[in-house]
Amino acid sequence: MTGRVHRFGDNVDTDMIMPARYLGHSRAEQSRHAMEGVDSDFTAKVQPGDVIVAGRNFGCGSARPAHRPLQDAGVSCVIAASFANLFMRNAVNEGLPILRCPEAARELREGDLVEVDHEGGIIRCPATGRVYQAEMFPEFIRQIIRSGGLIPYAREKVKQRVQEREEK
Amino acid sequence: MGMTISEKILAAHSGRDAVEPGECINATFDMVIVQDLSLLMAKEPFEQIFDGLGESSVFDPEKVVVTFEHEAPAPTVLAATNQKWGRQWARRHGITNMLEIGRHGIQHMVSNEQGFVLPGDLFVANGSHTCTDGAVGAFAVGVGAASLAVALAIGEVWLEIPETSRFVYRGTLQPWVSAKDLILYTLGQIRTDGALNQVMEFAGETVRALPMSGRFTLCNMAKEAGAVTGIIEPDALTEAYVRPRARRAHRTLSSDSDARYRAIHEYDVSALGPQVACPFSPDNVKPVEAVAGVPIDQVFIGSCTNSRVDDLRVAVEVIGSRKVHRDVRLIVIPGSQYVYLEALREGVIERLVEAGATIGAPGCGPCPGLHTGVLGEGERCVSTSNRNFPGRMGHRTAEVYLASPATAAASAVLGRLADPREMMGR
Ligand code: SF4
Repeated sequence: MTGRVHRFGDNVDTDMIMPARYLGHSRAEQSRHAMEGVDSDFTAKVQPGDVIVAGRNFGCGSARPAHRPLQDAGVSCVIAASFANLFMRNAVNEGLPILRCPEAARELREGDLVEVDHEGGIIRCPATGRVYQAEMFPEFIRQIIRSGGLIPYAREKVKQRVQEREEK
Repeated sequence: MGMTISEKILAAHSGRDAVEPGECINATFDMVIVQDLSLLMAKEPFEQIFDGLGESSVFDPEKVVVTFEHEAPAPTVLAATNQKWGRQWARRHGITNMLEIGRHGIQHMVSNEQGFVLPGDLFVANGSHTCTDGAVGAFAVGVGAASLAVALAIGEVWLEIPETSRFVYRGTLQPWVSAKDLILYTLGQIRTDGALNQVMEFAGETVRALPMSGRFTLCNMAKEAGAVTGIIEPDALTEAYVRPRARRAHRTLSSDSDARYRAIHEYDVSALGPQVACPFSPDNVKPVEAVAGVPIDQVFIGSCTNSRVDDLRVAVEVIGSRKVHRDVRLIVIPGSQYVYLEALREGVIERLVEAGATIGAPGCGPCPGLHTGVLGEGERCVSTSNRNFPGRMGHRTAEVYLASPATAAASAVLGRLADPREMMGR
Protein backbone atom coordinates (compact mmCIF):
# COMPACT_ATOMS: atom_id res chain seq x y z
CA MET A 1 0.00 0.00 0.00
CA THR A 2 1.34 3.46 -0.90
CA GLY A 3 -0.05 6.74 0.33
CA ARG A 4 0.70 10.21 1.58
CA VAL A 5 1.21 11.05 5.23
CA HIS A 6 -1.21 13.22 7.21
CA ARG A 7 0.45 14.13 10.48
CA PHE A 8 -1.21 14.69 13.85
CA GLY A 9 0.08 15.18 17.38
CA ASP A 10 -0.27 13.27 20.66
CA ASN A 11 -3.58 12.31 22.31
CA VAL A 12 -5.81 12.58 19.24
CA ASP A 13 -9.10 11.56 20.84
CA THR A 14 -12.21 9.91 19.47
CA ASP A 15 -14.17 13.18 19.60
CA MET A 16 -11.68 14.66 17.15
CA ILE A 17 -11.74 11.58 14.89
CA MET A 18 -15.51 10.98 15.07
CA PRO A 19 -17.45 13.84 16.71
CA ALA A 20 -20.28 12.63 18.97
CA ARG A 21 -22.90 14.71 17.15
CA TYR A 22 -22.76 12.29 14.18
CA LEU A 23 -23.00 9.10 16.26
CA GLY A 24 -26.62 8.37 15.38
CA HIS A 25 -26.05 9.18 11.70
CA SER A 26 -25.33 6.86 8.78
CA ARG A 27 -21.86 5.52 8.21
CA ALA A 28 -21.58 7.51 4.97
CA GLU A 29 -22.44 10.71 6.80
CA GLN A 30 -19.95 9.89 9.56
CA SER A 31 -17.15 9.38 7.03
CA ARG A 32 -17.73 12.89 5.66
CA HIS A 33 -16.72 14.25 9.07
CA ALA A 34 -13.63 12.11 9.74
CA MET A 35 -11.00 13.97 11.80
CA GLU A 36 -13.24 17.05 11.78
CA GLY A 37 -12.46 17.83 15.39
CA VAL A 38 -8.79 18.40 14.65
CA ASP A 39 -8.69 19.25 10.92
CA SER A 40 -11.92 20.39 9.25
CA ASP A 41 -10.38 20.02 5.75
CA PHE A 42 -9.24 16.45 6.26
CA THR A 43 -11.91 14.73 4.17
CA ALA A 44 -11.32 17.19 1.31
CA LYS A 45 -7.60 16.41 1.27
CA VAL A 46 -7.42 12.70 1.96
CA GLN A 47 -6.89 10.32 -1.00
CA PRO A 48 -7.56 6.58 -0.98
CA GLY A 49 -4.51 4.81 0.46
CA ASP A 50 -3.31 7.75 2.54
CA VAL A 51 -1.76 7.14 5.92
CA ILE A 52 -2.34 8.86 9.27
CA VAL A 53 0.79 9.36 11.34
CA ALA A 54 0.33 10.43 14.95
CA GLY A 55 2.07 10.63 18.29
CA ARG A 56 1.24 8.93 21.55
CA ASN A 57 -2.16 7.60 22.67
CA PHE A 58 -3.96 7.83 19.32
CA GLY A 59 -7.68 7.14 19.64
CA CYS A 60 -7.99 7.89 23.35
CA GLY A 61 -11.44 8.77 24.59
CA SER A 62 -14.62 6.84 24.00
CA ALA A 63 -15.37 3.32 22.81
CA ARG A 64 -17.08 4.47 19.62
CA PRO A 65 -15.89 2.81 16.38
CA ALA A 66 -13.70 5.75 15.40
CA HIS A 67 -11.73 3.62 12.95
CA ARG A 68 -14.77 3.38 10.66
CA PRO A 69 -14.89 6.97 9.39
CA LEU A 70 -11.14 6.68 8.75
CA GLN A 71 -11.58 3.46 6.77
CA ASP A 72 -14.50 4.92 4.85
CA ALA A 73 -12.59 8.11 4.07
CA GLY A 74 -9.89 5.99 2.42
CA VAL A 75 -7.24 5.89 5.14
CA SER A 76 -5.24 2.70 4.54
CA CYS A 77 -3.40 2.58 7.84
CA VAL A 78 -2.59 4.49 11.02
CA ILE A 79 0.98 4.68 12.29
CA ALA A 80 1.42 6.03 15.82
CA ALA A 81 3.86 6.01 18.69
CA SER A 82 1.14 4.29 20.74
CA PHE A 83 -2.58 3.60 20.62
CA ALA A 84 -5.35 3.71 23.18
CA ASN A 85 -6.49 0.18 23.93
CA LEU A 86 -10.09 0.58 22.76
CA PHE A 87 -9.12 2.11 19.45
CA MET A 88 -6.54 -0.64 18.95
CA ARG A 89 -9.16 -3.34 19.61
CA ASN A 90 -11.68 -1.71 17.30
CA ALA A 91 -9.20 -1.35 14.47
CA VAL A 92 -7.94 -4.94 14.80
CA ASN A 93 -11.48 -6.31 15.00
CA GLU A 94 -12.65 -4.54 11.89
CA GLY A 95 -9.53 -4.69 9.77
CA LEU A 96 -8.04 -1.18 9.81
CA PRO A 97 -4.26 -1.81 9.83
CA ILE A 98 -2.50 -0.02 12.67
CA LEU A 99 1.23 0.02 13.35
CA ARG A 100 2.97 0.95 16.60
CA CYS A 101 6.23 2.60 15.58
CA PRO A 102 7.53 5.52 17.66
CA GLU A 103 10.44 6.17 15.28
CA ALA A 104 8.30 6.49 12.18
CA ALA A 105 5.79 8.52 14.17
CA ARG A 106 8.56 10.95 15.05
CA GLU A 107 10.31 11.22 11.71
CA LEU A 108 7.69 11.03 8.95
CA ARG A 109 6.62 14.45 7.63
CA GLU A 110 3.31 15.79 6.35
CA GLY A 111 2.94 14.88 2.68
CA ASP A 112 5.69 12.18 2.65
CA LEU A 113 4.93 9.29 0.34
CA VAL A 114 5.22 5.99 2.23
CA GLU A 115 4.97 2.31 1.31
CA VAL A 116 3.53 0.13 4.05
CA ASP A 117 3.67 -3.65 4.36
CA HIS A 118 0.95 -4.22 6.95
CA GLU A 119 1.59 -7.90 7.52
CA GLY A 120 5.33 -7.47 8.07
CA GLY A 121 5.00 -4.11 9.82
CA ILE A 122 7.48 -2.47 7.45
CA ILE A 123 7.22 1.20 6.56
CA ARG A 124 9.39 2.66 3.78
CA CYS A 125 9.84 6.32 2.98
CA PRO A 126 11.51 6.51 -0.49
CA ALA A 127 12.20 10.26 -0.23
CA THR A 128 14.44 9.84 2.80
CA GLY A 129 15.40 6.25 2.16
CA ARG A 130 14.38 5.37 5.71
CA VAL A 131 12.88 1.96 6.53
CA TYR A 132 11.05 1.40 9.80
CA GLN A 133 10.02 -1.83 11.52
CA ALA A 134 6.82 -1.50 13.57
CA GLU A 135 6.27 -3.51 16.77
CA MET A 136 4.63 -6.88 16.14
CA PHE A 137 1.35 -7.74 17.88
CA PRO A 138 0.95 -11.06 19.73
CA GLU A 139 0.15 -14.03 17.49
CA PHE A 140 -3.52 -14.19 18.52
CA ILE A 141 -4.07 -10.63 17.31
CA ARG A 142 -2.19 -11.26 14.07
CA GLN A 143 -4.47 -14.25 13.53
CA ILE A 144 -7.58 -12.08 13.84
CA ILE A 145 -6.04 -9.57 11.44
CA ARG A 146 -5.17 -12.32 8.94
CA SER A 147 -8.63 -13.84 9.02
CA GLY A 148 -10.13 -10.47 8.14
CA GLY A 149 -11.22 -9.40 11.60
CA LEU A 150 -13.29 -10.77 14.42
CA ILE A 151 -16.55 -11.25 12.53
CA PRO A 152 -15.38 -14.20 10.37
CA TYR A 153 -14.15 -15.86 13.57
CA ALA A 154 -17.54 -15.45 15.24
CA ARG A 155 -19.33 -16.75 12.14
CA GLU A 156 -17.38 -20.00 12.38
CA LYS A 157 -18.49 -20.40 15.99
CA VAL A 158 -22.12 -19.80 15.07
CA LYS A 159 -21.89 -22.34 12.24
CA GLN A 160 -20.63 -24.92 14.74
CA ARG A 161 -23.50 -24.07 17.07
CA VAL A 162 -26.06 -24.54 14.28
CA GLN A 163 -24.45 -27.84 13.25
CA GLU A 164 -24.39 -29.23 16.78
CA ARG A 165 -28.05 -28.40 17.17
CA GLU A 166 -28.95 -30.12 13.90
CA GLU A 167 -27.05 -33.25 14.88
CA LYS A 168 -29.03 -33.57 18.11
CA MET B 1 5.23 -15.32 41.39
CA GLY B 2 1.96 -13.93 42.69
CA MET B 3 -0.86 -12.46 40.69
CA THR B 4 -2.84 -9.25 40.87
CA ILE B 5 -6.59 -9.38 41.40
CA SER B 6 -7.04 -8.56 37.70
CA GLU B 7 -4.79 -11.41 36.58
CA LYS B 8 -6.68 -13.82 38.85
CA ILE B 9 -10.03 -12.79 37.40
CA LEU B 10 -8.76 -13.08 33.84
CA ALA B 11 -7.16 -16.46 34.49
CA ALA B 12 -10.38 -17.77 36.03
CA HIS B 13 -12.39 -16.66 33.01
CA SER B 14 -10.09 -18.23 30.44
CA GLY B 15 -9.72 -21.63 32.08
CA ARG B 16 -6.13 -21.12 33.17
CA ASP B 17 -4.22 -21.25 36.42
CA ALA B 18 -2.22 -18.16 35.60
CA VAL B 19 -1.87 -15.42 33.01
CA GLU B 20 0.95 -13.01 32.24
CA PRO B 21 0.91 -9.47 30.90
CA GLY B 22 1.19 -9.38 27.11
CA GLU B 23 -0.56 -12.73 26.59
CA CYS B 24 -3.83 -12.85 24.71
CA ILE B 25 -6.79 -14.78 26.05
CA ASN B 26 -10.21 -15.62 24.73
CA ALA B 27 -12.43 -15.38 27.78
CA THR B 28 -15.99 -15.97 28.87
CA PHE B 29 -17.67 -13.27 30.92
CA ASP B 30 -20.40 -13.01 33.54
CA MET B 31 -22.49 -10.17 32.21
CA VAL B 32 -22.64 -7.73 29.31
CA ILE B 33 -24.52 -4.43 29.35
CA VAL B 34 -25.52 -2.37 26.33
CA GLN B 35 -27.07 1.07 26.03
CA ASP B 36 -28.98 2.90 23.30
CA LEU B 37 -26.02 3.97 21.21
CA SER B 38 -23.65 1.05 21.81
CA LEU B 39 -26.37 -1.37 20.76
CA LEU B 40 -26.90 0.66 17.62
CA MET B 41 -23.20 0.56 16.79
CA ALA B 42 -23.12 -3.22 17.27
CA LYS B 43 -26.10 -3.70 14.93
CA GLU B 44 -24.09 -3.99 11.73
CA PRO B 45 -21.38 -6.40 13.01
CA PHE B 46 -24.05 -8.45 14.85
CA GLU B 47 -26.02 -8.87 11.64
CA GLN B 48 -22.84 -9.70 9.70
CA ILE B 49 -22.10 -12.56 12.09
CA PHE B 50 -25.44 -14.24 11.38
CA ASP B 51 -25.83 -13.20 7.75
CA GLY B 52 -27.04 -16.21 5.74
CA LEU B 53 -26.54 -18.70 8.59
CA GLY B 54 -30.23 -19.28 9.14
CA GLU B 55 -30.33 -18.11 12.73
CA SER B 56 -29.76 -15.03 14.88
CA SER B 57 -29.68 -15.24 18.63
CA VAL B 58 -27.75 -13.83 21.55
CA PHE B 59 -25.62 -16.41 23.35
CA ASP B 60 -27.56 -16.16 26.63
CA PRO B 61 -30.37 -13.61 27.13
CA GLU B 62 -29.99 -13.89 30.92
CA LYS B 63 -26.50 -12.40 30.70
CA VAL B 64 -27.46 -9.36 28.68
CA VAL B 65 -28.70 -6.06 30.13
CA VAL B 66 -30.09 -3.23 28.00
CA THR B 67 -30.39 0.33 29.29
CA PHE B 68 -30.93 3.83 27.91
CA GLU B 69 -28.58 6.67 28.81
CA HIS B 70 -27.03 8.70 26.00
CA GLU B 71 -30.27 10.04 24.58
CA ALA B 72 -32.84 9.18 27.22
CA PRO B 73 -35.67 9.89 26.57
CA ALA B 74 -35.15 10.37 22.84
CA PRO B 75 -34.53 14.04 21.95
CA THR B 76 -34.78 13.65 18.17
CA VAL B 77 -36.75 11.62 15.64
CA LEU B 78 -33.52 9.86 14.66
CA ALA B 79 -32.84 8.83 18.27
CA ALA B 80 -36.45 7.69 18.68
CA THR B 81 -36.24 5.57 15.55
CA ASN B 82 -32.95 4.04 16.65
CA GLN B 83 -34.29 3.28 20.12
CA LYS B 84 -37.43 1.73 18.69
CA TRP B 85 -35.19 -0.68 16.81
CA GLY B 86 -33.21 -1.34 20.01
CA ARG B 87 -36.32 -2.27 21.97
CA GLN B 88 -37.50 -4.59 19.23
CA TRP B 89 -34.06 -6.19 19.11
CA ALA B 90 -34.12 -6.79 22.87
CA ARG B 91 -37.60 -8.33 22.73
CA ARG B 92 -36.77 -10.50 19.77
CA HIS B 93 -33.79 -11.91 21.66
CA GLY B 94 -35.76 -12.53 24.83
CA ILE B 95 -33.78 -10.10 26.98
CA THR B 96 -35.70 -9.69 30.20
CA ASN B 97 -33.29 -7.18 31.71
CA MET B 98 -34.29 -4.33 29.45
CA LEU B 99 -34.40 -1.25 31.63
CA GLU B 100 -37.04 0.80 29.86
CA ILE B 101 -37.15 4.60 30.24
CA GLY B 102 -38.41 5.16 33.76
CA ARG B 103 -36.38 2.24 35.12
CA HIS B 104 -33.19 3.19 33.32
CA GLY B 105 -29.93 4.95 34.06
CA ILE B 106 -26.34 5.32 32.97
CA GLN B 107 -24.97 1.85 32.25
CA HIS B 108 -22.03 2.34 34.64
CA MET B 109 -24.48 2.98 37.47
CA VAL B 110 -27.38 0.57 36.92
CA SER B 111 -24.76 -2.15 36.43
CA ASN B 112 -23.83 -2.11 40.12
CA GLU B 113 -26.96 -0.55 41.66
CA GLN B 114 -29.00 -3.46 40.37
CA GLY B 115 -26.43 -6.12 41.14
CA PHE B 116 -25.59 -7.11 37.58
CA VAL B 117 -21.85 -6.80 38.24
CA LEU B 118 -20.27 -8.53 41.25
CA PRO B 119 -16.83 -8.98 42.79
CA GLY B 120 -14.66 -11.39 40.81
CA ASP B 121 -16.68 -10.92 37.62
CA LEU B 122 -15.41 -10.31 34.14
CA PHE B 123 -17.86 -7.66 33.04
CA VAL B 124 -18.10 -6.35 29.49
CA ALA B 125 -19.68 -3.27 27.96
CA ASN B 126 -19.19 -0.93 25.06
CA GLY B 127 -18.36 2.23 26.91
CA SER B 128 -14.98 3.55 27.86
CA HIS B 129 -16.11 4.16 31.44
CA THR B 130 -16.98 0.53 32.04
CA CYS B 131 -13.92 0.75 34.30
CA THR B 132 -16.23 2.37 36.89
CA ASP B 133 -17.39 -1.08 37.98
CA GLY B 134 -13.87 -2.05 39.00
CA ALA B 135 -14.87 -0.45 42.30
CA VAL B 136 -16.72 -3.63 43.28
CA GLY B 137 -13.63 -5.75 42.60
CA ALA B 138 -14.63 -6.90 39.12
CA PHE B 139 -12.55 -6.71 35.96
CA ALA B 140 -14.82 -4.39 34.03
CA VAL B 141 -13.66 -3.78 30.51
CA GLY B 142 -14.93 -1.54 27.75
CA VAL B 143 -14.83 -3.01 24.27
CA GLY B 144 -15.75 -1.68 20.83
CA ALA B 145 -18.67 -2.41 18.55
CA ALA B 146 -17.33 -5.55 16.87
CA SER B 147 -16.20 -7.11 20.16
CA LEU B 148 -19.56 -6.23 21.68
CA ALA B 149 -21.38 -7.89 18.77
CA VAL B 150 -19.21 -10.99 19.12
CA ALA B 151 -19.73 -11.01 22.89
CA LEU B 152 -23.51 -10.86 22.38
CA ALA B 153 -23.43 -13.55 19.70
CA ILE B 154 -21.06 -16.14 21.13
CA GLY B 155 -20.29 -15.07 24.70
CA GLU B 156 -16.57 -14.64 24.17
CA VAL B 157 -14.23 -11.69 24.42
CA TRP B 158 -10.53 -11.53 23.56
CA LEU B 159 -8.22 -9.55 25.78
CA GLU B 160 -4.54 -8.74 25.90
CA ILE B 161 -3.51 -9.20 29.54
CA PRO B 162 -2.55 -5.71 30.73
CA GLU B 163 0.17 -4.82 33.18
CA THR B 164 -1.05 -3.38 36.47
CA SER B 165 0.17 -0.27 38.27
CA ARG B 166 -0.76 0.20 41.90
CA PHE B 167 -1.81 3.61 43.23
CA VAL B 168 -1.52 3.81 46.98
CA TYR B 169 -2.98 6.79 48.87
CA ARG B 170 -2.25 7.65 52.48
CA GLY B 171 -3.73 10.23 54.80
CA THR B 172 -7.18 11.49 55.74
CA LEU B 173 -8.86 13.76 53.22
CA GLN B 174 -9.54 17.37 54.23
CA PRO B 175 -13.16 18.54 54.50
CA TRP B 176 -14.72 19.23 51.06
CA VAL B 177 -12.07 17.13 49.37
CA SER B 178 -13.34 13.94 47.78
CA ALA B 179 -12.51 11.04 45.48
CA LYS B 180 -12.89 13.36 42.48
CA ASP B 181 -10.07 15.55 43.77
CA LEU B 182 -7.94 12.45 44.35
CA ILE B 183 -8.31 11.21 40.80
CA LEU B 184 -7.91 14.68 39.25
CA TYR B 185 -4.74 15.15 41.27
CA THR B 186 -3.49 11.76 40.09
CA LEU B 187 -4.24 12.65 36.46
CA GLY B 188 -2.31 15.88 36.85
CA GLN B 189 0.64 13.84 38.07
CA ILE B 190 0.65 10.97 35.57
CA ARG B 191 -1.12 12.67 32.60
CA THR B 192 -3.55 11.21 30.07
CA ASP B 193 -1.26 8.39 29.04
CA GLY B 194 0.23 7.74 32.48
CA ALA B 195 -1.40 4.32 32.74
CA LEU B 196 -1.77 3.66 29.02
CA ASN B 197 -3.17 0.18 28.42
CA GLN B 198 -2.56 -0.79 32.06
CA VAL B 199 -4.84 -1.57 34.99
CA MET B 200 -4.92 1.07 37.72
CA GLU B 201 -5.28 -0.73 41.04
CA PHE B 202 -6.29 1.75 43.74
CA ALA B 203 -5.30 0.99 47.31
CA GLY B 204 -4.23 2.45 50.64
CA GLU B 205 -5.98 3.74 53.72
CA THR B 206 -7.50 6.75 51.92
CA VAL B 207 -9.21 4.50 49.41
CA ARG B 208 -10.39 2.15 52.17
CA ALA B 209 -12.01 5.14 53.87
CA LEU B 210 -13.91 6.18 50.73
CA PRO B 211 -17.61 5.36 50.44
CA MET B 212 -18.63 3.18 47.49
CA SER B 213 -19.76 6.30 45.60
CA GLY B 214 -16.22 7.71 45.87
CA ARG B 215 -14.69 4.43 44.82
CA PHE B 216 -16.81 4.46 41.66
CA THR B 217 -15.62 8.01 40.95
CA LEU B 218 -12.00 6.94 41.36
CA CYS B 219 -12.26 3.94 39.04
CA ASN B 220 -14.39 5.90 36.57
CA MET B 221 -11.56 8.23 35.62
CA ALA B 222 -8.91 5.53 35.26
CA LYS B 223 -9.83 5.74 31.59
CA GLU B 224 -8.62 9.35 31.49
CA ALA B 225 -5.11 8.08 32.27
CA GLY B 226 -5.37 5.69 29.31
CA ALA B 227 -5.98 2.64 31.52
CA VAL B 228 -7.78 -0.47 30.34
CA THR B 229 -9.65 -0.39 33.62
CA GLY B 230 -9.45 0.52 37.29
CA ILE B 231 -9.98 -1.85 40.19
CA ILE B 232 -10.24 -1.86 43.98
CA GLU B 233 -9.88 -5.04 46.02
CA PRO B 234 -13.20 -5.77 47.74
CA ASP B 235 -13.56 -5.31 51.50
CA ALA B 236 -16.38 -5.28 54.07
CA LEU B 237 -17.85 -2.11 52.56
CA THR B 238 -17.95 -3.68 49.09
CA GLU B 239 -19.62 -6.73 50.55
CA ALA B 240 -22.24 -4.60 52.32
CA TYR B 241 -22.99 -2.80 49.05
CA VAL B 242 -23.11 -5.87 46.90
CA ARG B 243 -24.86 -8.44 49.10
CA PRO B 244 -28.41 -7.03 49.04
CA ARG B 245 -28.16 -6.46 45.29
CA ALA B 246 -26.46 -9.67 44.17
CA ARG B 247 -28.42 -11.87 41.80
CA ARG B 248 -25.96 -14.75 41.94
CA ALA B 249 -22.94 -16.03 43.86
CA HIS B 250 -19.65 -14.16 43.65
CA ARG B 251 -15.97 -14.55 44.52
CA THR B 252 -13.97 -12.08 46.53
CA LEU B 253 -10.39 -11.96 45.31
CA SER B 254 -7.38 -9.82 46.15
CA SER B 255 -3.86 -9.28 44.87
CA ASP B 256 -1.02 -11.44 46.20
CA SER B 257 1.63 -9.66 48.23
CA ASP B 258 4.24 -10.73 45.67
CA ALA B 259 2.15 -9.74 42.65
CA ARG B 260 4.06 -8.01 39.87
CA TYR B 261 3.36 -4.35 39.19
CA ARG B 262 4.56 -2.16 36.36
CA ALA B 263 4.87 0.67 38.88
CA ILE B 264 3.78 1.55 42.38
CA HIS B 265 2.78 5.17 42.90
CA GLU B 266 2.40 6.43 46.45
CA TYR B 267 0.73 9.67 47.43
CA ASP B 268 0.25 11.35 50.77
CA VAL B 269 -3.00 13.23 50.28
CA SER B 270 -3.56 14.54 53.80
CA ALA B 271 -2.92 18.14 52.70
CA LEU B 272 -4.62 17.88 49.29
CA GLY B 273 -7.14 20.62 48.46
CA PRO B 274 -9.89 20.63 45.80
CA GLN B 275 -8.57 20.16 42.25
CA VAL B 276 -9.86 21.36 38.89
CA ALA B 277 -9.04 20.06 35.40
CA CYS B 278 -8.94 23.07 33.09
CA PRO B 279 -9.75 23.10 29.37
CA PHE B 280 -9.05 21.14 27.25
CA SER B 281 -7.76 18.02 28.92
CA PRO B 282 -8.54 16.04 32.08
CA ASP B 283 -4.84 16.17 32.99
CA ASN B 284 -4.61 19.96 32.85
CA VAL B 285 -5.11 19.99 36.59
CA LYS B 286 -4.66 22.92 38.98
CA PRO B 287 -5.49 23.48 42.62
CA VAL B 288 -8.85 25.28 42.82
CA GLU B 289 -7.18 28.44 44.23
CA ALA B 290 -5.34 28.89 40.93
CA VAL B 291 -8.55 29.19 38.92
CA ALA B 292 -11.06 30.50 41.48
CA GLY B 293 -12.72 33.58 40.03
CA VAL B 294 -12.99 32.43 36.41
CA PRO B 295 -16.44 33.58 35.22
CA ILE B 296 -18.87 30.80 34.24
CA ASP B 297 -22.21 30.34 32.49
CA GLN B 298 -23.27 26.87 33.58
CA VAL B 299 -22.68 24.22 36.22
CA PHE B 300 -23.43 20.58 35.50
CA ILE B 301 -23.68 18.08 38.34
CA GLY B 302 -24.13 14.67 36.79
CA SER B 303 -22.52 11.91 34.65
CA CYS B 304 -21.26 8.45 35.52
CA THR B 305 -18.43 10.11 37.47
CA ASN B 306 -20.45 12.07 40.01
CA SER B 307 -24.22 11.70 39.95
CA ARG B 308 -24.80 9.35 42.85
CA VAL B 309 -26.89 10.22 45.91
CA ASP B 310 -23.77 11.11 47.93
CA ASP B 311 -22.76 13.59 45.22
CA LEU B 312 -26.14 15.32 45.24
CA ARG B 313 -26.13 15.38 49.05
CA VAL B 314 -22.79 17.18 49.08
CA ALA B 315 -24.11 19.73 46.59
CA VAL B 316 -27.10 20.44 48.82
CA GLU B 317 -24.88 20.73 51.85
CA VAL B 318 -22.65 23.28 50.14
CA ILE B 319 -25.55 25.29 48.71
CA GLY B 320 -27.36 25.33 52.04
CA SER B 321 -30.08 27.97 52.06
CA ARG B 322 -28.33 30.00 49.34
CA LYS B 323 -29.51 30.42 45.77
CA VAL B 324 -27.84 29.67 42.47
CA HIS B 325 -26.22 32.88 41.17
CA ARG B 326 -28.56 34.85 38.87
CA ASP B 327 -26.18 34.69 35.90
CA VAL B 328 -25.58 30.97 36.14
CA ARG B 329 -27.70 27.92 35.32
CA LEU B 330 -27.27 24.81 37.46
CA ILE B 331 -28.21 21.58 35.72
CA VAL B 332 -28.44 18.52 37.92
CA ILE B 333 -28.97 15.10 36.39
CA PRO B 334 -29.19 12.05 38.64
CA GLY B 335 -27.43 9.20 36.84
CA SER B 336 -30.22 6.71 37.31
CA GLN B 337 -33.86 6.39 38.33
CA TYR B 338 -32.65 4.73 41.52
CA VAL B 339 -30.61 7.82 42.48
CA TYR B 340 -33.46 10.11 41.45
CA LEU B 341 -35.92 8.34 43.73
CA GLU B 342 -33.52 8.22 46.69
CA ALA B 343 -32.73 11.91 46.27
CA LEU B 344 -36.43 12.75 46.01
CA ARG B 345 -37.26 10.79 49.17
CA GLU B 346 -34.55 12.59 51.11
CA GLY B 347 -35.66 16.01 49.94
CA VAL B 348 -32.39 16.55 48.12
CA ILE B 349 -34.12 17.25 44.81
CA GLU B 350 -36.54 19.66 46.44
CA ARG B 351 -33.73 21.68 47.96
CA LEU B 352 -31.83 21.80 44.68
CA VAL B 353 -34.90 23.06 42.83
CA GLU B 354 -35.58 25.61 45.58
CA ALA B 355 -32.05 26.89 45.12
CA GLY B 356 -32.72 27.42 41.42
CA ALA B 357 -31.39 24.24 39.84
CA THR B 358 -33.10 22.43 37.01
CA ILE B 359 -33.29 18.65 37.11
CA GLY B 360 -32.90 16.51 33.99
CA ALA B 361 -34.17 13.01 33.33
CA PRO B 362 -31.63 10.39 34.44
CA GLY B 363 -28.93 9.67 31.90
CA CYS B 364 -25.74 11.20 30.54
CA GLY B 365 -27.22 14.66 29.98
CA PRO B 366 -24.83 17.11 28.31
CA CYS B 367 -21.71 15.05 29.12
CA PRO B 368 -21.42 13.59 25.59
CA GLY B 369 -22.75 16.79 24.00
CA LEU B 370 -26.02 15.27 22.86
CA HIS B 371 -28.79 16.95 24.85
CA THR B 372 -30.09 18.58 28.06
CA GLY B 373 -27.69 21.43 28.55
CA VAL B 374 -25.09 21.42 25.78
CA LEU B 375 -22.88 24.50 25.64
CA GLY B 376 -22.93 27.35 23.12
CA GLU B 377 -20.01 29.12 21.51
CA GLY B 378 -17.42 30.29 24.03
CA GLU B 379 -19.53 29.33 27.06
CA ARG B 380 -17.85 28.17 30.22
CA CYS B 381 -19.04 25.35 32.43
CA VAL B 382 -17.96 23.72 35.67
CA SER B 383 -18.82 20.04 35.31
CA THR B 384 -18.56 16.99 37.55
CA SER B 385 -18.10 14.74 34.49
CA ASN B 386 -14.85 13.21 33.28
CA ARG B 387 -13.89 14.76 29.94
CA ASN B 388 -13.31 18.30 28.73
CA PHE B 389 -11.89 17.83 25.24
CA PRO B 390 -12.85 20.53 22.70
CA GLY B 391 -16.46 20.06 21.62
CA ARG B 392 -17.17 17.33 24.15
CA MET B 393 -20.12 19.10 25.77
CA GLY B 394 -21.24 21.25 22.86
CA HIS B 395 -19.55 23.96 20.81
CA ARG B 396 -15.87 23.34 20.24
CA THR B 397 -14.92 26.69 21.74
CA ALA B 398 -16.90 26.02 24.92
CA GLU B 399 -14.67 25.55 27.96
CA VAL B 400 -15.29 22.84 30.53
CA TYR B 401 -13.67 22.77 33.97
CA LEU B 402 -13.89 19.36 35.64
CA ALA B 403 -14.39 19.41 39.39
CA SER B 404 -16.00 17.70 42.36
CA PRO B 405 -19.67 18.14 43.30
CA ALA B 406 -18.62 20.41 46.20
CA THR B 407 -16.60 22.70 43.93
CA ALA B 408 -19.37 22.67 41.32
CA ALA B 409 -22.01 23.60 43.90
CA ALA B 410 -19.92 26.43 45.37
CA SER B 411 -19.32 27.74 41.83
CA ALA B 412 -23.05 27.68 41.07
CA VAL B 413 -23.76 29.86 44.10
CA LEU B 414 -20.93 32.33 43.60
CA GLY B 415 -21.36 32.54 39.82
CA ARG B 416 -17.69 31.89 39.18
CA LEU B 417 -15.27 29.07 39.70
CA ALA B 418 -15.09 28.79 43.46
CA ASP B 419 -13.36 26.92 46.24
CA PRO B 420 -15.97 25.18 48.41
CA ARG B 421 -13.82 26.00 51.44
CA GLU B 422 -14.37 29.74 50.77
CA MET B 423 -18.04 29.28 51.49
CA MET B 424 -17.93 26.62 54.12
CA GLY B 425 -15.01 27.78 56.22
CA ARG B 426 -12.03 25.46 56.47
S1 SF4 C 1 -22.06 10.16 31.56
FE1 SF4 C 1 -20.62 10.80 29.98
S2 SF4 C 1 -18.82 9.56 30.32
FE2 SF4 C 1 -20.47 8.61 31.45
S3 SF4 C 1 -21.32 7.06 30.07
FE3 SF4 C 1 -22.49 8.94 29.76
S4 SF4 C 1 -21.46 9.98 28.08
FE4 SF4 C 1 -20.04 8.44 28.84
